[in-house]
Amino acid sequence: MANTQLQDADPRDGAVSSRPAARRTKMAARDVNVFYGDTHALKGVDLDVYEHEVTAFIGPSGCGKSTLLRCLNRMNDMIEGCRVSGEMTLDGRDIYSRDIDVVQLRAEIGMVFQKPNPFPKSIYDNVAYGPRIHGLARTKSDLDEIVLTSLEKTGLLDEVHDRLDQPGTGLSGGQQQRLCIARAIAVSPKVILMDEPCSALDPIATARIEELIDELRENYTIVIVTHNMQQAARVSQRTAFFHLGSLIEMDETEQVFTSPKNEHTQGYITGRYG
Amino acid sequence: MRYERTGGGFNLAALLLAAGFSLIAFHAGPALALDTAGGTAGLTAPFRPIYLVLAAILVAALAGFYMGRTQSLRTAGGQIRDLHSLPSYYGFYVALWCGLPAFVLFVAWMIVEPGIVDDMVLAGLPSSLSELPPQRLGLILNDIHNLAAGEGFARVADEQMVAAARHYNALREIGFWAMVAAIAAFAAGGLYHGRARIAPALRARNGVERTITVMMIVCSTVSIFVTIGIVLSLLFEAIRFFQLVPFWDFLFGLEWSPQTAIRKDQVGSAGAFGAIPLFAGTLLITFIAMCVAVPIGLMSAIYLSEYCPRHLRGIIKPALEILAGVPTVVYGFFAALVVAPFFRDTGMVIGLDVASESALAAGMVMGIMIIPFVSSLSDDVINAVPQAMRDGSYALGATRSETVRQVIVPAALPGIVGGILLAVSRAIGETMIVVMAAGLAANLTANPLEAVTTVTVQMVTLLVGDQEFDSAKTLAAFALGLVLFFITLGLNVFALRIVRKYREIYD
Ligand SMILES: Nc1ncnc2c1ncn2[C@@H]1O[C@H](COP(=O)(O)OP(=O)(O)OP(=O)(O)O)[C@@H](O)[C@H]1O
Ligand SMILES: [Mg+2]
Repeated sequence: MANTQLQDADPRDGAVSSRPAARRTKMAARDVNVFYGDTHALKGVDLDVYEHEVTAFIGPSGCGKSTLLRCLNRMNDMIEGCRVSGEMTLDGRDIYSRDIDVVQLRAEIGMVFQKPNPFPKSIYDNVAYGPRIHGLARTKSDLDEIVLTSLEKTGLLDEVHDRLDQPGTGLSGGQQQRLCIARAIAVSPKVILMDEPCSALDPIATARIEELIDELRENYTIVIVTHNMQQAARVSQRTAFFHLGSLIEMDETEQVFTSPKNEHTQGYITGRYG
Repeated sequence: MRYERTGGGFNLAALLLAAGFSLIAFHAGPALALDTAGGTAGLTAPFRPIYLVLAAILVAALAGFYMGRTQSLRTAGGQIRDLHSLPSYYGFYVALWCGLPAFVLFVAWMIVEPGIVDDMVLAGLPSSLSELPPQRLGLILNDIHNLAAGEGFARVADEQMVAAARHYNALREIGFWAMVAAIAAFAAGGLYHGRARIAPALRARNGVERTITVMMIVCSTVSIFVTIGIVLSLLFEAIRFFQLVPFWDFLFGLEWSPQTAIRKDQVGSAGAFGAIPLFAGTLLITFIAMCVAVPIGLMSAIYLSEYCPRHLRGIIKPALEILAGVPTVVYGFFAALVVAPFFRDTGMVIGLDVASESALAAGMVMGIMIIPFVSSLSDDVINAVPQAMRDGSYALGATRSETVRQVIVPAALPGIVGGILLAVSRAIGETMIVVMAAGLAANLTANPLEAVTTVTVQMVTLLVGDQEFDSAKTLAAFALGLVLFFITLGLNVFALRIVRKYREIYD
């Protein structure tokens, strides 16, 4: 029903046609509708997120990018009055089915937020937080190992190795955001969701994080929301464009940015509106 | 045309002023007539309608407001744009000039006049009376006041006293009319001055706002001065006490039995003023109260802010806060009539000897009273923990309780501790519940089943009833009050510092 307005440019058709054989669907959404009370925030969204790729969500403010992202790890459960319908899967498992343990699911699908939000704890404890609650380390040295490799992967280790016991809130904005990424990868998630991770950062820190995203792609699947067209073009393999709660177009990033099928997409990426 | 309107504004103000003062005169007339009746029994207080003076100042200021407003418009030729400030600011400007000096004079006069009149009356007494020692003189002055007010014939009213009272009344009356005249002069002068300065370039708004700022500063310092006054009065009485009882005996003495001798040779006439049992009792009851209030208050705060659906929260939070609105006397009833007997009966059943007035009962009920303090202060600081902290924790796969225990409570801890300390100082100062439920026996004990007493309770019993204000027994109350004041002050300062420090973390 909600699909009718998408029929002029069905995103899935485009996606499927240009999909190389080696690709594997990591997460999928089928006819997802989200309501906040009476607000219909997402309207019949279907999309696939492929393994070891970066998928970018773009679109004007309020079009439902964050909403969809939060549905992917069920953070919307926390919001009162939010209803989700449709089907969402991780590796073919329905993540909204009754026998899914939300806590376990969120350990598999990590999230990085727009504003860096380190806990008011030491740098070490920030990264060790996830492994501790999930019992990932048996001994202190196991835990050290996890913390250090996570910091290493985000390139933060060199900068903070001599002050791991200092509060994480004392780092610079870019360092804090990398600390949050380290904290997310410390629990070895399969997917990392990033909601405008660079919007509070300067160009240098942004470049550092973009680099990091590209490296992380090797081991993780990444979904990133961004308002920065260049960033989407630089870091992502596939791009989804949303408008007013609907998925308008989804395809290879190059395809979307060079020859978009939909006039709305064209208008948005050329900066005519949004 | 112009001239006429000026005259009109002035006439209105003059009319209002005249109305105010003639009202005073009208009221004063009959009183004056009565006063001439004479005779000892005919003495009545002179008619001094203070409230009418205040009303007259107010009316004059109001008149000044209207005059300033119309005049400012006129000087600008009706163009508000040409004025520096809105016309009503010119109105306030004139009103302040007219009313404020007059009001300040009024207050100063009210403070100074009685003393001067007393001195003059005393100076006019015949030497047989005026050479008495200062204390007797104070009593005589008191009698004169009573006599002058037309009441108080408890002591014999002799000729000299009646004459003095008449003298007193006459002086008061002269003083009042002098004040009325001075205030009228001030108001008129201020009005004239204010109006003379009105011009389009006058920065009336700045002037008015500065004056209002000063007035606010004065108001806010009132409470500071009151606090200082309280401390000083406590301090002076306490010093008098420490002249009778050594400081260290008071602070570290283990026995409290504040008798003073009726006869000098009485047995045990010395009394004992060791405050340790009182502070121990206070500590015990406060401790019991906190044992009740902290877990319950904290748990309910966490439930309210982290688990509770919003519509339920809207019901539970106000319901908890009702507890804070119950008068402490009612808690006292509850403790004495329900909780204490319940403990005693339960104690009997299980073979424990529980006093009918026990520290346990008082502490428990006090704890219940404190719950809303702890819960609403903790709720506030927990709510101040940014949502981003929670999101970060949940996104890592933490459960609600893990998030509460490992992120939210540690982040809010300084604030929670601050809230608890504020609650402690509230518990220490609480009196009514303990009076009704914990008894008066100054036992030095750590057993919550026995009766104990607290600092505040002892202060009440020391000061209730007829007391001479220079016996050690009465003065002890002030010494206790002083120590208590410093303890709660210290706790409050400490708690507020912690709370403030915590606030800065997320800003
Ligand atoms: N907690 C909420 N309660 C009610 N409505 C919400 C809530 N969160 C989002 N919405 C609504 O859902 C719609 C989509 O919001 P969403 O945050 O997903 O937009 P977005 O695409 O992320 O925008 P932005 O680029 O500004 O972050 C908006 O209309 C918004 O008002
Ligand atoms: Mg968003």
